[in-house]
Amino acid sequence: MESDEQSEGAAHYVLHLYITGATPNSTRAVQNIKAICEQHLKSRYELLIIDIYQQPELAKQDQIIAAPTLIKKHPLPARRLIGDLSEHNKVLLALGLSPPPGPDSVHE
Amino acid sequence: MQDAATYSAPLGPQLPKTPTGIDGLDEITEGGLPQGRPTLVCGSAGCGKTLMGVEFLVRGILEYDEPGVLMAFEETADELAANVTSLGFDLQALQDQGKLRLDHVHIDRSEIEETGEYDLEGLFIRLGYAIDFIGAKRVVLDTIEALFSGFPNQAILRSEIRRLFRWLKDKGVTTIITAERGEGSLTRQGLEEYVSDCVILLDNRVIEQITTRRLRIVKYRGSTHGTNEYPYLITEEGISVLPVTSLKLAHEVSDEIVSSGVPALDEMFGRRGFFKGSSILVTGTAGTAKTTLAAAFAAEICRSGKRCLFFAFEESPQQLVRNMRSVGLDLNKYQEQGLLHIEASRPTLNGLEKHLVTLHKFIRDWQPEAVVIDPISNLITVGNITEVRSMLTRLIDFLKVNNITALFTSLISGRNIQQEMTEEGVSSLVDTWLSVRDLEGVGERNRGISILKARGMAHSNQVREFLVTDEGIRLLDVVIGPTGIVTGASRLTQQIKEQAEALANQQELERKDRELERKRRVLEATINNLRTEFESVEEELRQINHDELMRQQALRYNRQNIAGSSSPE
Repeated sequence: MESDEQSEGAAHYVLHLYITGATPNSTRAVQNIKAICEQHLKSRYELLIIDIYQQPELAKQDQIIAAPTLIKKHPLPARRLIGDLSEHNKVLLALGLSPPPGPDSVHE
Repeated sequence: MQDAATYSAPLGPQLPKTPTGIDGLDEITEGGLPQGRPTLVCGSAGCGKTLMGVEFLVRGILEYDEPGVLMAFEETADELAANVTSLGFDLQALQDQGKLRLDHVHIDRSEIEETGEYDLEGLFIRLGYAIDFIGAKRVVLDTIEALFSGFPNQAILRSEIRRLFRWLKDKGVTTIITAERGEGSLTRQGLEEYVSDCVILLDNRVIEQITTRRLRIVKYRGSTHGTNEYPYLITEEGISVLPVTSLKLAHEVSDEIVSSGVPALDEMFGRRGFFKGSSILVTGTAGTAKTTLAAAFAAEICRSGKRCLFFAFEESPQQLVRNMRSVGLDLNKYQEQGLLHIEASRPTLNGLEKHLVTLHKFIRDWQPEAVVIDPISNLITVGNITEVRSMLTRLIDFLKVNNITALFTSLISGRNIQQEMTEEGVSSLVDTWLSVRDLEGVGERNRGISILKARGMAHSNQVREFLVTDEGIRLLDVVIGPTGIVTGASRLTQQIKEQAEALANQQELERKDRELERKRRVLEATINNLRTEFESVEEELRQINHDELMRQQALRYNRQNIAGSSSPE
């Protein structure tokens, strides 16, 4: 946490994923974020998956509109990623992680 | 002001409606918004879309006990609460009572990254949670279009909005969705294609520097509705859509009579005054004492201990009081007694609707017996003739329904005096129409008053000249000259002529009297002469008789003497 946020090598990530039950989008999003975290943020991330069907009051509190939504709470700046997180490059960019070399490395 | 329930009782089964509680809106929608369906309220900036939504919720809670959810996409809950505090809506208290839920949806485009397939289930959950939490019957989505700025994927957004409206219908909540007016279409994002039940268009337009807000029901599926553009106002009590009056001619009428305040004028009416609750129009060119007539009427109402409301569009109250004092009307006294209220404002101060609402508000709060508006012709400066006319129609209706006697003055153009028409064209609306005019003779102007019409009452057909004196208005007797009614100096000339004639007649009479006297005296003298003559003749005859008697006595004596003397001898 105390490390420099620019060098993503050391930063600790706090991620909240808001899903809506077992809808296809939600299921895919869970799989995708887990894969990304394991691949890029091994052992320096904290992923919280929240089902807003179960906890609707959190949807209001965290300003959730779209589902699924991934909120990068830390490191700052906070970002919101909506969708099933299938566009890996976009996800990595938004999370401040450098995408792997190659224009179309990861898909689906 | 009128109960919404009174409008929604036609025959047969009706589309269930949710009364909004907004002044006048329930009347033109014939009962309210379609129950359990979404209604689109669109309009440009500053139209009061949000306010309409908030008022719909607040009135729903306060008047119909229907909890509501407000989902605000543009303003935060605190901002909203602050904005409507001035209207007396305490959103915080309603939230604390569990009757209202505010949910501010914050969308920041810069924070959002699309990374694949998504839907707006989050919004649904929030809304559903809020609705279920308080058992809401009413929902307002304030400018859902804000979503379009946050989510670039139009295809998803549109299908989700469609789904949202469907979902709201299934939930059975009556929803107002506000949307910004678009160029060439009702809404910027074409939301009207998703909301097919009821679309209300708000408009804010400036005509000749005066803003008027207008409301129109573009469509209302399954229901009849007023199709006109109705002016509406944002007042300190919320939105007020006009008309706020009955559109039917079904008011009660009174057989009571109120005096005009000018006794001689009362005499011109078969029933000695105006019907209570009728509307009276006084038209005339400039300086024909219209205001004085109006003030005399107002003073008469006050004198009988009733309340009168005087709207002056030309003079300040002080000026009016001062000016009327010069003709012997002490308005100040009635003001102090609280019987007279003079409300003065320039017509251009407000739009027409504002004036109308001010009038309504005063009349409602103050319950006067009579209302004077001096003059209505000035209102033309704030609107076109059609607008003024429709406003006056509504006003007259309103006053009649409330059985308030109304007197309006109207300036008519001096150029076209023969055209006995008010520019506002209200002459057909009023019951009694007095015309005051200049009777221009040789080198002078005089004032004449006549009754052009008086519904349901016999009335004089004469043009009466009147004077504005220190003691008020005085009608003069009709003087008929060789060429009709004469006035002013001609009246004086006529009077002098008549006086001269009368004098001459008098002198002639006196002369004849003297002649008679003379003749009488001559005759008396003659009679005396004759009597004297007769007396002398009588005297003569008596003398003759006496002589004859004496002669006969003497003769008899002599005869006796002769007989006596002859026998003894």
